[in-house]
Amino acid sequence: MSQAILKVEGITKTFPGVKALDNVSFDIRPGEVHALVGENGAGKSTLMKTLAGLHRCDGGEIFYQGAPLSLSGPLDARRKGILLIHQELSLSPELSVAENIYLGAWQTNRFGMLKKRELRRNATTALEALGCGFGPDVRLGTLSVAMQQMVEIARAEAFSANVVIFDEPTASLTDSEKDQLFQTIRGLKARGVGIVYISHKMDEIFDITDRITVLRDGQVQGTVDTADTDLNQITRMMIGRTLDAYFVKAKAEFGDEVLRVEGLSKRGLFSDASFSVRQGEVLGLYGLVGAGRSELVETVFGVRRADAGRLFWKGREIDWPTPRQSIDMGMALVPESRKEQGLVLMMGGRENTSLPHLRRFSDLTVMNRAREMAVYEKYRSALSIKTTGPDQAVSQLSGGNQQKFVLAKWLCAEPGLIILDEPTRGIDVGSKSAIHELIADLAEQGLAVIVISSEMPEVLGVSHRVLAMSEGSIVAEFKGDAMTEEHLIDSVSHAREPVAAE
Amino acid sequence: MEQRVGSVLRRHGLIIAFLVFLVGVAVNASAFLTPGNIMDVLRQVSITGLMAVGVTFVVLTGRLDLSVGSLLTLLTVIVVDQHNVVGPFPAIMMTLLAGACIGAFNGVLVGFVGLNALIVTLAMLSFLQGLVLFYSGGSNVNVENAQATWFAVFGRGTFLGLPVPVVIFLLGALIAGLVLQFTSFGRKVYGVGGNETASIFSGIDARWTVFWTYVISGLATGVAAIVMGSRVMGAQNTIGQGYELTVLAGIILGGTSLLGGSGSIWRTVIGISMLGFIQNGLLLLGFPYYVQWLVTWVIIIIAVWIDLGAKRGRIFA
Repeated sequence: MSQAILKVEGITKTFPGVKALDNVSFDIRPGEVHALVGENGAGKSTLMKTLAGLHRCDGGEIFYQGAPLSLSGPLDARRKGILLIHQELSLSPELSVAENIYLGAWQTNRFGMLKKRELRRNATTALEALGCGFGPDVRLGTLSVAMQQMVEIARAEAFSANVVIFDEPTASLTDSEKDQLFQTIRGLKARGVGIVYISHKMDEIFDITDRITVLRDGQVQGTVDTADTDLNQITRMMIGRTLDAYFVKAKAEFGDEVLRVEGLSKRGLFSDASFSVRQGEVLGLYGLVGAGRSELVETVFGVRRADAGRLFWKGREIDWPTPRQSIDMGMALVPESRKEQGLVLMMGGRENTSLPHLRRFSDLTVMNRAREMAVYEKYRSALSIKTTGPDQAVSQLSGGNQQKFVLAKWLCAEPGLIILDEPTRGIDVGSKSAIHELIADLAEQGLAVIVISSEMPEVLGVSHRVLAMSEGSIVAEFKGDAMTEEHLIDSVSHAREPVAAE
Repeated sequence: MEQRVGSVLRRHGLIIAFLVFLVGVAVNASAFLTPGNIMDVLRQVSITGLMAVGVTFVVLTGRLDLSVGSLLTLLTVIVVDQHNVVGPFPAIMMTLLAGACIGAFNGVLVGFVGLNALIVTLAMLSFLQGLVLFYSGGSNVNVENAQATWFAVFGRGTFLGLPVPVVIFLLGALIAGLVLQFTSFGRKVYGVGGNETASIFSGIDARWTVFWTYVISGLATGVAAIVMGSRVMGAQNTIGQGYELTVLAGIILGGTSLLGGSGSIWRTVIGISMLGFIQNGLLLLGFPYYVQWLVTWVIIIIAVWIDLGAKRGRIFA
């Protein structure tokens, strides 16, 4: 057993109203990948931000290389060799790769001018050590997300980091990019760097980590060796119970067609998309990020305009609707990003729930608060959303509870079709399976459901039929026994093959 | 204990500072807190207050309206001049219509064309300044039969012992406050200001919401111009100069966020009244009237700073 490089002892962090970390202890050894798992709101991010100098803890101590550690900020942490790689990348798109690697820690000469040559040389060394296929002078904004992430990781080389913390690093990576990332992580590990790996994706955790620490409600539930445990045990530790089945599929009893789309095109985004969905049916839409899935459903909903195509609602052809008309018709879209597109964060759950249905909740434009409260309360309890009250700003809620409010706001109109764009992204296992159950329930109540997901098990698990989308086109349709991961991968990578081939 | 004092200071710091100021002035100038002077302050505040009530709608959507100062000048010139031509009632209607139209023009450019609100309304400020001079030919206008017209009631009358301008201001604020708190339009304003994209995804046509806030701003300035014209019974070509900043300072001082989505009418009423008392107090203490411009700077910076500091929990970035 090697000595821990970073040791956290009994730290506590309180935010107004919440104990985010409660007497948390754990350690990171050199050359290990240590997973940190827990439901949303369990305290993972708070813990990581504390280690990276973004938060100060209220109690407890952190030891780094044997000595007590105190940090004045994230840059201080980076200089001391602790690097946090954010969920949302923290880079500046207008600057060059080299400038980004040293962002905020630029060496200057005595006239305050950037030491460009030195910067470039050091950056080149760092990039080469990682085997990156691009140079230090490229403008960051021109790189793909995966490449930008490599730039962040290059900081680990540049600052000779001893501890690197990855926060949901694979959230927007393709499978091959993920493999490359894992190689990089193994490289860091071989050099004795201690790595903290935060993720919701269990297969990754069992693939790459050595130990797993589980957090729940700000407390450590235990640390186990990855080799000695299994998914069941970890899930039990995370949510305090076992999940028997991850996916529940609705009974396949379909009614009339609700929506049909023919030849929908939008230049540069998607072309000639045709599909239909019936009452009681769950239609899956699978594709990688950037395949045009979100843009497609946003166009159907009316947030974007199409160049060409026809739209049929319950068998009747209709003009392209505005979002308002779509909602009034009985269409609902749970958008991809709950914070940007789904919720007004400073409003409470009540106001967010009624936002799409103001006319329904008002008499001659005057809001009817009693009616609003009744519906709010009905859906809050039906979806078991945890809040301190109807007016608590949703920004203070965990990701899972926020997502449930997005669902509440759309379900309360009792729509005929609900489109769910990545409904479980970035939320915890417990909320995830609750949402999967909900999807099955809705379909059995006779709703038509469209589920977009880039997680194959999810899209295969909940759908009756799956469309595969790649580079703006629907490339395949699978149902019944043909719905397998192999087929899906095949169909979307087939379209990409000529580009990727060397 | 120390922490509690700190948090009270942070939350109510401005109010506390204001009360200290009130007491300080009252000790040094006995006329300050007399009913007569208080009414004077409220009467003065009512014009900028009416404008600020309108502009609050715009600010709540996360946008700005800097054109209201010049608009006040133009509309005051119109109401006074037209009073001589078509009589008081048609002049009032024309003024309100003109205010709503200029507001609608801003609203189209910001809401529908999508231009930057700061630039659109700053350009409008310049345009209206020019328009005033085209309209008046550079000379000041006066109400000809000032002694005989009922038009004087808006600026000089009293109602139940209160000056009519104050009544109009408080009534306007009450209506605006009710609209914002209790109607679906008010909810849309907060929604668009809080998160425009999410509001659009919720079927709210943000373009129309923004458009109407500018119409309200123009209309409120029209009401202010009627009060102004009635009080002065005339209009100079510079009568509203700089008012846009006073209005904005009052809104900010009240604690409405320039980022949109948070704030309220009663905050604006408090903010603009505090500003009025501060300016009046400084005059009574013997400072020249132009010191108010310097003080406005201090107030805007401090108010915004406190707001930001409370939000991020630190004084410095």
